[in-house]
Amino acid sequence: MSLILDHIDKSFETVQALRQVNLEVQEGELFGLIGPDGAGKSTLFRIMASLLIPDSGRCTMLGHDVVKEYREVRQIIGYMPGRFSLYMDLSVEENLAFYARVFGTTVKENYDLIRDVYDQIAPFRKRLAGKLSGGMKQKLALSCALIHRPRVLILDEPTTGVDAVSRREFWDMLKKIQGEGITIVVSTPYMDEAEMCDRVGLIQKGNLMAISDPASLADGSDARLFSLRSNKGVYAYLDQLRKMEGCRHVWLFGDELHVTLRSAADVNQVQSAIREWADDSLEWKSIVPTIEDRFMELLKEEEI
Amino acid sequence: MTTAPEHIIEVKEMVKKFGSFVANDRLTFHVERGEIFGFLGANGAGKTTAIRILCGLSYPTSGEIMVAGHNVYNEREKIKRKIGYMSQKFSLYEDLTLSENIRLYAGIYRLGRREISSREQQLLKRLDLSHIRNKLIRDIPLGWKQKLAFSVAIFHKPAIVFLDEPTGGVDPITRRQFWEMIHDATLEGITAFVTTHYMDEAEYCDRVSIMVDGRIEALDTPASLKQQYESKNMKEVFLKLARS
Amino acid sequence: MNRFLGFVKKEFQHIFRDVRTLVILFGLPIVMIVLFGYVVTTEIRDVEVGIWDRSMDQASIRATQKIFSSGYFVPAGYLEREEEIGELFRSGRAKVVVVFEAGFQKHLQTEKGAAIKLITDASDANSAQLAQTYLQGVLMNYFQSLNQNINVPWSVNLHSRMFYNEEMKGAYMFVPGLMALILMLICALMTSVTITREKEFGTMELLLASPLKPREIILGKVTPYVLLSFVNAMTIVVLGNLVFHVPVVGSIWLLMLECMLYITLALSLGVLISTSAKTQQVAMVMSLLGLMLPTILLSGFIFPIDNMPKVLQWFSAIMPARWFIVIVKNIMLKGTGFAFIWKETLILLGMTLFFILAAVKRFKIRLQ
Repeated sequence: MSLILDHIDKSFETVQALRQVNLEVQEGELFGLIGPDGAGKSTLFRIMASLLIPDSGRCTMLGHDVVKEYREVRQIIGYMPGRFSLYMDLSVEENLAFYARVFGTTVKENYDLIRDVYDQIAPFRKRLAGKLSGGMKQKLALSCALIHRPRVLILDEPTTGVDAVSRREFWDMLKKIQGEGITIVVSTPYMDEAEMCDRVGLIQKGNLMAISDPASLADGSDARLFSLRSNKGVYAYLDQLRKMEGCRHVWLFGDELHVTLRSAADVNQVQSAIREWADDSLEWKSIVPTIEDRFMELLKEEEI
Repeated sequence: MTTAPEHIIEVKEMVKKFGSFVANDRLTFHVERGEIFGFLGANGAGKTTAIRILCGLSYPTSGEIMVAGHNVYNEREKIKRKIGYMSQKFSLYEDLTLSENIRLYAGIYRLGRREISSREQQLLKRLDLSHIRNKLIRDIPLGWKQKLAFSVAIFHKPAIVFLDEPTGGVDPITRRQFWEMIHDATLEGITAFVTTHYMDEAEYCDRVSIMVDGRIEALDTPASLKQQYESKNMKEVFLKLARS
Repeated sequence: MNRFLGFVKKEFQHIFRDVRTLVILFGLPIVMIVLFGYVVTTEIRDVEVGIWDRSMDQASIRATQKIFSSGYFVPAGYLEREEEIGELFRSGRAKVVVVFEAGFQKHLQTEKGAAIKLITDASDANSAQLAQTYLQGVLMNYFQSLNQNINVPWSVNLHSRMFYNEEMKGAYMFVPGLMALILMLICALMTSVTITREKEFGTMELLLASPLKPREIILGKVTPYVLLSFVNAMTIVVLGNLVFHVPVVGSIWLLMLECMLYITLALSLGVLISTSAKTQQVAMVMSLLGLMLPTILLSGFIFPIDNMPKVLQWFSAIMPARWFIVIVKNIMLKGTGFAFIWKETLILLGMTLFFILAAVKRFKIRLQ
C-alpha cells in the first residue's frame, strides 16, 4: 500500500475541512480526487505532504507516518502545490537545478524520467519562470516535482485554469510517469479528467464519497435518468420540466438537459407532456449516468 | 443619442502587438445584442489581450472597434459605464461583507440611496443569501461568491457583461445555476461575453469563437461547429482546432 | 553541504537579479552617509543669532557688528530679558544667543576681564557645536586684533552653555550611529522580507515539503546577507574616513569582529520577524516601525539618552544599537581596547543568542 489515510479529521477555526476521510492507494496507482474549490482537496494533500497535522486519524506514506516520520516522507514524495510555487526570478533551468540540489541529486541523474516533460520547455530554458505561459509553468512545476525520482507524486490541481489541449497533454504525461512505477495522487475540478484515472474519489465539504474506478462509478445504470435534446435549444424546456411533479431535478448538460425523475414510474407522465410541446426535433432517451451525473446526485443527497 | 445597433460589439481588423509579438492578429467579428458569446482559446492564444481592449483597459495597435456604440480609442469612459466585468481572480472584496460589497458597487454607479436598499434586498432574496448578508465574502463558499459577483456585475444593467472564466473551480451544480443566471440576464437584454475552460459550457453559448495563436480560427453556433468539424461535442472541436 | 551551497547560490541569484534589492543594499548606505554627513556637518551659513546686550556700550556694539559682518550669522533679534532666550529657541528663530554682561567695556580693562556668554540650542547637536566654534573664532579674532594696539590687554572670558543637550556629544557621532542604523535596517529588513517572500509566493510550501532542514533554510537565507552586510559596514567606515575624516583610532580587527556580532544579531532579529509575518508588507512594516524607528530615536543616535525620561531610558537599554554605538565610538573615536567594551559586547552576545534561539524555536517545519 502506497498511501493510507485512516479517519482523518481536520478543522480550521470555524470550518471543518475534512471529516473522517479514509483512503488507500495502491503502489503504482493513478488516483484522482475530484471536487470543487473549498471541498478540502488542498488540505488533504497538505496532510499527505507532511505540511499539516491532522486533528485526528493517521496518514502513512509507504509505511511512514507523515507526522512522526516527516523527514522520511519528505524524501520520497514529489509535491506540486495548487498554486504555482517556483521562483519567478530564476530561469527554467535554474529552478530545476535548484530543486535537484535540494534533494541531493543532479538534473543529469534523473533526466530520463523528466525528458518527455522537460523537452517541451527546454527551448525556453534560459527564460525566467515568471515569463512562461500557463501550460509551460505547469510542465516546469511537474519537472521540478519529479527531478528526485519520488516514489509518490502528489499533484494538487495541476490542470486548473489550463486549456483543454494542454490538459490533455498533461494527462498523457502523467500516464507515462505512472508507467515508471510512480504512484500518483492528483486532484482536479474537471470531471472529464476522471476517466484518465485508475480510481477516483469524489470529495465535497470535507467528505470523501464514492471511491471507485471511473467505469463502475459512471455505471450502475439509473432507470430514473433521461436526457432531452432539441434543435431549438434546451433552455426553453428547463423551467417547464422543473415544474413537473415527476421531475426531481433538471440540469443543463452540454447541449442536452439531464432529467432525474422521482421514480422510474414517472416516465409516462413526462413523456406525454413532452409530446404536447410539438417539437419534432425533441430527443428524449434513457441514459447511463456520467461521473458528473453521479457527483451531482451525491451533492444533492448531501443537501438533503 | 446614439441609436442602438444590432451588433453590440463590432470588431474589424483588430491588431495588438507587444513589440514584435502579435497577440491579436487582425481579429474581425461581431457580437449580437442579447446573445451569449463564448470566447474560447488555449492559454496564451490572446483572449485576455482582446478582452482588455474591448473593456477599454488598453488600446489596440490598429483596427476599428465599437463597443456598445462607442469607439474604444476615444470613448473609453462611456464604454466603461455600459459594461460589467467579472473574473475568477477578482470579483468581490474579500474583507467586506456581502451587503457592503453590493452597496460599494451600487455607489460606484451612483444609484440613489433608496434604490440601493431596495435593489440590495431584492438581489439577496433572489440569490437566497439574505440570511448571511453580514458575513465577510472570504467566509462564504466560492460558488455563492461567484453568483453574487455576477449579480453585482450586472447590477447597473450594463449593455454587455464580460465574464472571464467565471466558473473556474466551482462545483458542477453551482456551475449550472450560474449559467442559468447568465441566460436569464440575456433575456433582459444584457449581452454576455464569456471565456471558459469547461468545454461543456461552450455548448450553452449562442455562438462560439475559438482563438488559436492570436487569430480567430472558427466562429459559429455550437451545432454548426460540431457539424463542420465532425465532432460529437465542443471538446472535440476545440481539441481538433487548437492542436493542429 | 551541497544542498546548502545550492541554497546560497539561489539566494545570491535572487539578490543580484532584483534591482530594488541591490539599490537598497548598496545604494542606501552610501546615500545615507553622504546625506547625513553633509546635512549634519557642513560649514555653517546664515545662522540666526540673538543678541542680549546688557551694557550697550561701544565695545559690545562693535563686537556685535563684527559678528554679523562675518558672513556666517544673521541677526534674529535683540533681547531684553532672560526669558526671551527660551522663547527664541522654542520658536526656532535663533540657534545661538550672545549675552554681553552689564558694564562690558569697563570690565574689559580689569584683570578679571569681561564676560560673553554663548548660549546654544543644542537639540541639533552637530550644527550647534559648529555655530559655537565659529562664533568663538570670530570674537576671539576681533578682540585679539584690538589688543595689538593697546598696552593693557583687554581680556575676554567666553562662557558657553548648551540648551537641551548640555554635554554635547561629538560631531562625529553620526558615523557610528549610521552604521548601527544601516546594518540593522539592511540585515533585519532584508532577511525578514526575503523569508516572507517565500511564504507569500508559496515557494516555502515546496521548501518545507523537501528534505531541507529548518537550519539549512535559515542559514541559507542569512549567509549571503552576512557577507553583503559586512561589505556595507566596511564601506561606511571607509567613506566616513575619506569624505568626513572620521578616524579609526583603535583596532580595525576588533571593529570588524564587533560588526560581525552586530550583523548576526540583526539577521537573527530578521528571521524572528519573518516567523510571525505572513506577507512581505507586514515584515517590512514590522522592521521599519519596530526596529528602525526605535533605533533612530532611542539608541542615542540622535537624542541623548541621559536627557530622556526614565521609562525611555529603560527602553533604550534593550536597543541593540545603543550598545553597538558605544562600542564603535570607543574603538573608532577613542581608540580604546576590548577591556573597555567587554560589557557592551557581552550584552550584544546575550541578545544574539536569545534571538537565534527564539527564531529557531518559532520557525515552523509545517504550514500553519
